[in-house]
Amino acid sequence: MADLRNNFVGIKSPNPFWLASAPPTDKAYNVERAFKAGWGGVVWKTLGEEGPPVVNVNGPRYGAIWGADRRLLGLNNIELITDRDLYVNLREMKQVKMNWPDRALIASIMVPCEEQAWKAILPLVEETGADGIELNFGCPHGMSERGMGSAVGQVPEYIEMVVRWCKQYTRMPVITKLTPNITDIRKPARAAKAGGTDAVSLINTINSITSVNLDTFSPEPSIDGRGSHGGYCGPAVKPIALNMVAEIARDPETYGLPISGIGGITTWRDAAEFLALGAGNVQVCTAAMTYGFKIVQEMISGLSDWMDAKGHRTLDDICGRAVPNVTDWQYLNLNYVAKAKIDQDACIKCGRCHIACEDTSHQAITQFVNGVRHFEVIEEECVGCNLCVNVCPVENCITMEPLAAGTLDKRTGKPVDPNYANWTTHPNNPMARQAAE
Amino acid sequence: MGTTQSGILYGRLPLAEYEANFSDLHPPLDRHEALVAADRCYFCHDAPCMTACPTSIDIPLFIRQIATGNPIGSAKTIFDQNILGGMCARVCPTETLCEQACVRNTAEERPVEIGRLQRYSTDVAMKENKQFYARADATGRRIAVVGAGPAGLACAHRLAVKGHDVVIYDAREKSGGLNEYGIAAYKTVDDFAQREVDYVLSIGGIEVRHDQALGRDFSLADLAEQYDAVFLGLGLAGVNALRIEGENAEGVEDAVDFIAALRQSKTKADIPVGRRVVVLGGGMTAIDAAVQAKLLGAEEVTICYRRGKEHMNASEFEQDLAASKGVTIRHWLQPKRIAVKDGKVAGIELEYTTLENGKLTTTGETGIIAAEQIFKAIGQTFQASGLGALRMESGRIVVDAEGRTSLAKVWAGGDCVLGGEDLTVSAVAMGRDSAESINRAFAAAAPLASAVA
Repeated sequence: MADLRNNFVGIKSPNPFWLASAPPTDKAYNVERAFKAGWGGVVWKTLGEEGPPVVNVNGPRYGAIWGADRRLLGLNNIELITDRDLYVNLREMKQVKMNWPDRALIASIMVPCEEQAWKAILPLVEETGADGIELNFGCPHGMSERGMGSAVGQVPEYIEMVVRWCKQYTRMPVITKLTPNITDIRKPARAAKAGGTDAVSLINTINSITSVNLDTFSPEPSIDGRGSHGGYCGPAVKPIALNMVAEIARDPETYGLPISGIGGITTWRDAAEFLALGAGNVQVCTAAMTYGFKIVQEMISGLSDWMDAKGHRTLDDICGRAVPNVTDWQYLNLNYVAKAKIDQDACIKCGRCHIACEDTSHQAITQFVNGVRHFEVIEEECVGCNLCVNVCPVENCITMEPLAAGTLDKRTGKPVDPNYANWTTHPNNPMARQAAE
Repeated sequence: MGTTQSGILYGRLPLAEYEANFSDLHPPLDRHEALVAADRCYFCHDAPCMTACPTSIDIPLFIRQIATGNPIGSAKTIFDQNILGGMCARVCPTETLCEQACVRNTAEERPVEIGRLQRYSTDVAMKENKQFYARADATGRRIAVVGAGPAGLACAHRLAVKGHDVVIYDAREKSGGLNEYGIAAYKTVDDFAQREVDYVLSIGGIEVRHDQALGRDFSLADLAEQYDAVFLGLGLAGVNALRIEGENAEGVEDAVDFIAALRQSKTKADIPVGRRVVVLGGGMTAIDAAVQAKLLGAEEVTICYRRGKEHMNASEFEQDLAASKGVTIRHWLQPKRIAVKDGKVAGIELEYTTLENGKLTTTGETGIIAAEQIFKAIGQTFQASGLGALRMESGRIVVDAEGRTSLAKVWAGGDCVLGGEDLTVSAVAMGRDSAESINRAFAAAAPLASAVA
């Protein structure tokens, strides 16, 4: 049985599944339910400074996009940080931590970019017994207009400055939460590291407008006929998050910096992928908001069963395993040749592979053979692009089969070269020619 | 209330039970159900369902239009190919047409519910009385259409769209043909057939003359003389006879008459049915009669078919429907004699059959099923008269691929032509295609008429 216990920058939890700082972690009632359901930890919804709490809109806070069968694919949110009194939150956090000593409880914090503000709140949080703090430099809506959230996260110098204050004024581990609304995620990560952060967590939500009401021409969610961009999350953002996690994991300057992976994690598979790309644990929000806290049970059993099946004993066995395989395009092996293959027994003859290839790609899949509806790859034309695999509604019906070295590639008429060769040395690369000369 | 007494009686059931029994067989999908069902369509390329549809409706497109919240656009996609798409959505044997071809069968043995989705969008459009077609400028051409059934209506509508004027002659008092008189009541409730006729005719330029029978009130030659073209879209008015002893006894009836009477009855409580009923035949008519006899309160209903299950024209779905309503289907039984008592049917003697070298023969074994009502559903014939020298074969009109008969100016389609499939949807396709052919013939005859200005 795989050991799912997680030790993230010294913060221990029975499993690597934390709830991200968000509506599900705004108060003791929800967090108690989450822990009962089996979540390993929570990042309490972001605390603001002492004084009158922030206010939220009183209309819709969420927008969404859906896939088939109205499965929620992407969620957009314009809710701000906690709108409850600071001390109420602190009291509840302390009680919950006492009730659940084996679970991780992290305080997310967002106060103005002033040393005094951070200096004031940190001891209050420390007093709750929280296991660590997460600096919310990510929220892209509302608070950012007031110089907080992503307004900080978009300026590496500010990140470094605030992280340094936090490291100075608290003994708690500091996790810096990054905004994806920047050009190069490595810059803020490097800044956080320079400030002394113990870890980064990412991604926060992405600036987004989910839809426009075509009757009123108001963006959704619509507040009295007007809308504002919100923060986008859910399954749709996972690929963006995975890339950003990988970028930090493989950057020589931040290599080894602990990462808490966030962004569209919905199943155990998603979680395992984040871990493989260098995350030390994961944070989940939208999946819980869609299906309730019980989904963690699927995540725990799925991860555990997969690890057992593959012989991985602990999380350390899988963390970062995919990182060495992430590279730049220029280093991809241009001598690797794969061709699509259609399993005729699995094929339901919908024809989508054909029309996708015929209309938009390489004319490499038949529609009729001997007058009969039949979809088959024309190897002479197939460039191995994988589009047919992706549009096929039947999983594993179309597969990409690598050609063994030495076999004939019918498209090029040449045998497959057994040697690795990439763009840097390719004859068509002017830079490569210069190097040769 | 209600009775299981012997005899052919009406009012066997409480009124509410009639209403429940004859309610919509497939209740309409609501918006949510339609969206869920539409989600299952894969938007196949050159979709097999579309190929399987006799009217070639672009099914993936109309389903995608439902899925994207455009049922009106969806209805237009349907009506472009099949102006009687509403009725076809209700009565098509989809399990042997589009839904049989659906690729979802291969993976999950459960097709997309194409028929019900088609009904959803056509219902939305018809409820809004959304009219998609405007008539082209008047051409001055006049066409006579004989028969206001699916073939005739489809033909007339397409001709009207092209700007021609149409007069439809129909022998019955209502339009619709089999849609009005020949389909089980639970497949088309709430007077849908008449509402659909009204919807089709609202294009304008179509006059319907009822109680006008070919051969009795006019001849084909009359029409050919008075009109620029004629389309024959007649149904099958004749019914095959058993040619056995007792056939004329009281209680032996044609299934088609029974079905027609049911359709014209509002409550169904006025339709008499026997306590024990035998239906002879193996097609849709036999099933429609048997199921409805059961729904009227008959205690025992038995379909007897002279060949095996695999030879039945009724689809698997229809056979299962009959079984689910309590109808017994027996095979390899051929009527030998109707037992008569006091001039009334008392039972039927049947003889077992078998196939010998591909030929149906009787085995000599016989048995009797007690019954007081027997419905004949052993096939219908085209009773032609007034057609003059029109070329016929096997009792049906011979046409080419676009509906042209042996006579110039005369087209035909639907059940009356050789190769007609006894399907509403096929009749619609033939009517529509004949209209296109007629239109092309006009254009060829007067190529400059519209180009002069």
